[in-house]
Amino acid sequence: MSEKLIRERNKLLLSVILFLILLIVEKTGILPFLPEHSLWYLPLYLIPYFLSGLSVVKECFLGIKNRRPFDEALLMTVATLGAFLSGEFAEAVAVMVFYQMGELFQSYAVGKSRKSIKELMDIVPELAHIEREDGTVDTVDPDEVEVGDMLLVKPGERVPVDGIVRQGESMVNTAALTGESVPREVFPGEKIISGCINGEGMLRVEALKAFEDSTVSKILELVEEASEKKSKAENFITKFARIYTPIVVYSALALAILPSLGLFLGTKIGLVSPEFFAAHPPLTWLYRACTFLVVSCPCALVISVPLSFFGGIGAASREGVLVKGSNYLELVSKLKVVVSDKTGTLTKGNFAVQEIEPWEGISKEDLLRTAAMAENGSTHPIGLFILSAYKKWMEDSSKANASPEDVVVESDPMKHSSGKESNSLPFPENTENRSGAGLISIVEGCKILVGKAKLLEEEGISVPQQEKGAATICLVAKDGQYLGRILIADEVKESSKEAVSKMKQQGIENVVMLTGDSTPVAEAVGRELNLDSVYGELLPAQKVEKVEEILSSLTEEGEKRNGYLAFIGDGINDAPVLSRADVGIAMGAMGSDAAIEAADVVIMDDDLSRIPTLIAIGKKTMRIAMQNIVFALTVKFLVLILSAVGLANMWAAVFGDVGVTVICIINAMRLIQNPKSI
Amino acid sequence: MKKKFECEIDCANCAAKIQEAIGKIPGVQSVKLNFMMQKFTLEAEDDRFEEILQEAIRIGKTIEPDFAVKGV
Repeated sequence: MSEKLIRERNKLLLSVILFLILLIVEKTGILPFLPEHSLWYLPLYLIPYFLSGLSVVKECFLGIKNRRPFDEALLMTVATLGAFLSGEFAEAVAVMVFYQMGELFQSYAVGKSRKSIKELMDIVPELAHIEREDGTVDTVDPDEVEVGDMLLVKPGERVPVDGIVRQGESMVNTAALTGESVPREVFPGEKIISGCINGEGMLRVEALKAFEDSTVSKILELVEEASEKKSKAENFITKFARIYTPIVVYSALALAILPSLGLFLGTKIGLVSPEFFAAHPPLTWLYRACTFLVVSCPCALVISVPLSFFGGIGAASREGVLVKGSNYLELVSKLKVVVSDKTGTLTKGNFAVQEIEPWEGISKEDLLRTAAMAENGSTHPIGLFILSAYKKWMEDSSKANASPEDVVVESDPMKHSSGKESNSLPFPENTENRSGAGLISIVEGCKILVGKAKLLEEEGISVPQQEKGAATICLVAKDGQYLGRILIADEVKESSKEAVSKMKQQGIENVVMLTGDSTPVAEAVGRELNLDSVYGELLPAQKVEKVEEILSSLTEEGEKRNGYLAFIGDGINDAPVLSRADVGIAMGAMGSDAAIEAADVVIMDDDLSRIPTLIAIGKKTMRIAMQNIVFALTVKFLVLILSAVGLANMWAAVFGDVGVTVICIINAMRLIQNPKSI
Repeated sequence: MKKKFECEIDCANCAAKIQEAIGKIPGVQSVKLNFMMQKFTLEAEDDRFEEILQEAIRIGKTIEPDFAVKGV
C-alpha cells in the first residue's frame, strides 16, 4: 500500500468510528444530556462527513468550475446533501463513508493486480556488464548498451539485450518469456534473447540489438498496449457509462419534482386526498431521488470489466502467449474454426527417416547401410536424411554396445570395428544421378539403386506395388535384388494431436490444415492428427483464398457472424493469411520481430498446446466479464426500481454502488490471482 | 516527437476523460493515458513539445487533481 493510500485509510477509519459512536448515541439516547431534537446532531454528523468526504465535495466544485459536471463526485455530493435535507443525517454520512471505502478498496485492488501483472511480466533486465577492449568492465543500464558491445552475462543474471553468444556455454531459463520450463542450452554462435535468465555458465554475448529493439522491450510494449484495443464488452461498457449516468440523474431530478408536483396539484383538484399527500411529502420524494443518485455511478462496470481483460492478458503472458488486445481475447473465446499451416506448426518441419521396411530376409541395418553407402557424399536432401539416419543408428547401437554386460562380453576390437565402420562408410566408385527418379551407385563392386519404383523397374527389378502415402518412398536394390524401402517424412509434433483433440472439446467445430505440400502428404498428416479437413498443394495466395472461403461460410447474410476463425502460422511467409483471419496466431516467434508485428496473438515457443490454453483463458475472461456485467446491472436496476417505489432505502443503494463494485473487482481479480486455475 | 512517461492516475474514468481533453489541445498528434499500466504517451510537434506537455499536465490536473507525470 502506498503512503497516500494508508493516509486515506486512517482518515476513513477515524470517520467510521466517529460515525458509529454518533449513530449509537442518537438511536439509543444513552447520553441524556444531549438534546433530543435531531437537528442538534447535524453539526456532529458533519464532522465524520467532511473527514471522509471533503475531497469529494472539493472535486465536485472543481468539476462544476471546469464545466465537467457529471462525475461521481457531483453525484455523491448531491445525494448526500439531499439526504441531509431530508433529515436523514446518519444515512448521508454512511453514503459518503461507504463510497470512500469503495474507492479505497478499488485503488487497493487495482494497485494489487497491477503489481501481479508486473510480476508476471518480470522480465526486464536490471543491468548490463560491458567488456571494453582494454579489458575493463563497465556495469551500466541496459538502455546504454550499443550494438556490437561485448557483454558479460554472469550466472543467474538476465540477458540484457538480444545478442549472439561468442564464448561460454550454459543452460538458460526462458520460462518468463515462453512459459517453457525446460532450460535451453546455448553455446557459441547461438542467438540468445533478452530476458532469459542465465544458468550456471558465464557467457560472453555480443549485442545484436539495442535494448529498445530487443525482445523484452517489444513484449512489454505489446502487453502494455494490449489494454488499449478494447473488446466489444469494454466498448459496450464505455458507451453504456456515457448514457447511464445522465439518464439516472435526470430520472432522479424527475423523481424529486414530478410526483410531489402531481400530488400537490391532485389535492387542489380533488383527485388526491390530503391524507395521501401528507403521507408522501416532497421530502420523501427527495430522499428517493437521492437514492437514485447513489446507484447512478457505473464504477463497478467501468473498473471491473477492463480489469477482467487485463487479468486475462496477464495470465496468457505467463503461459508464453502474447495477446495484442482484449478484442482478440474475446474473439478467441468464440472461435469455431482453427486453420493451421502444416510445416512448423503441426509438424516439426524437419524431414527425417520415419520407417525402414526391409524385404524378407534382409535386416534393417543392412538396408539402411546399403542405401547410405550409395548416398555417401551426396548433397541431395534425401541422401542427407538417409546418411543422418544411418549415423544415428550407429550411435544408438554403439551406445547399446557400451552397456556394462556388453563391455564384459564383447572384446575391444569388436567395439573398435563398429566405431570405425560408422566413420568409414565406403564411398561409391561411381554415382549416376537420374534426376527425379533416384541414383545408381557402384560401391565395392556392387551396383546399388536408391530411388523411386520407376528407377528400379527401368533397371529390370520387379518391386511390390507401392501405395500412395504421406511419405517420400525410397526403394533400395543391390545387384538386381530388391532389399526394401525407406520412408522419409516430416515429423508430427508430439503435442499436436493432443492439442487438436482439446480444441475440439472446447467447441472448435472445424480444424483445418492448409499446406503447400502434396495432397497425399497433407492427407496422411490430417489422418494422424484427426483433422476435419486438409487442403494440399496450395500457393500462398491460394491459402488466403481458402481462408476467405471458410470465412464466408461463417458469415450469414449481411455481416452477422456465427463464429470466428483463427489462423496459426509460423509468421515467416504467411503474413497475408495472418492478417486476413479474425485472429492471426504466430508460433515459434521468439526473437522474430516480423512475426510479432504481423500477428494478433504471438506464441513464443512452438508448442501447439498453448492454443487450447489460450482458448480456455479467453473463455474464462469472457465468463468473468459477463458475470460482472449481468450482476452489476441487475443489482443496480433492482435498487433503482425498488427505491422509486420506496421499498429500498439508501443503505440498499450504498450496497448497489460500493458493494457491487467491490464484488465485481474481487471476481475480476480471480484470473490474475489464480492463473493456475485455468 | 513521441515520448512515454510514467504517471499517476487514480481512476479509470478520469483517465479516459483526461485523454480526451488532452487530445483536443492544438499541436497534440496523439495521446494515450494507460490507466492499468500507469503510462502516459504523448506525441506532439517537436518544437513545441515541452510547452504542449506542460499544458497537457495542467489540463489533466483540472480534471483530476491527483494526476501527475513523473520525470517532468
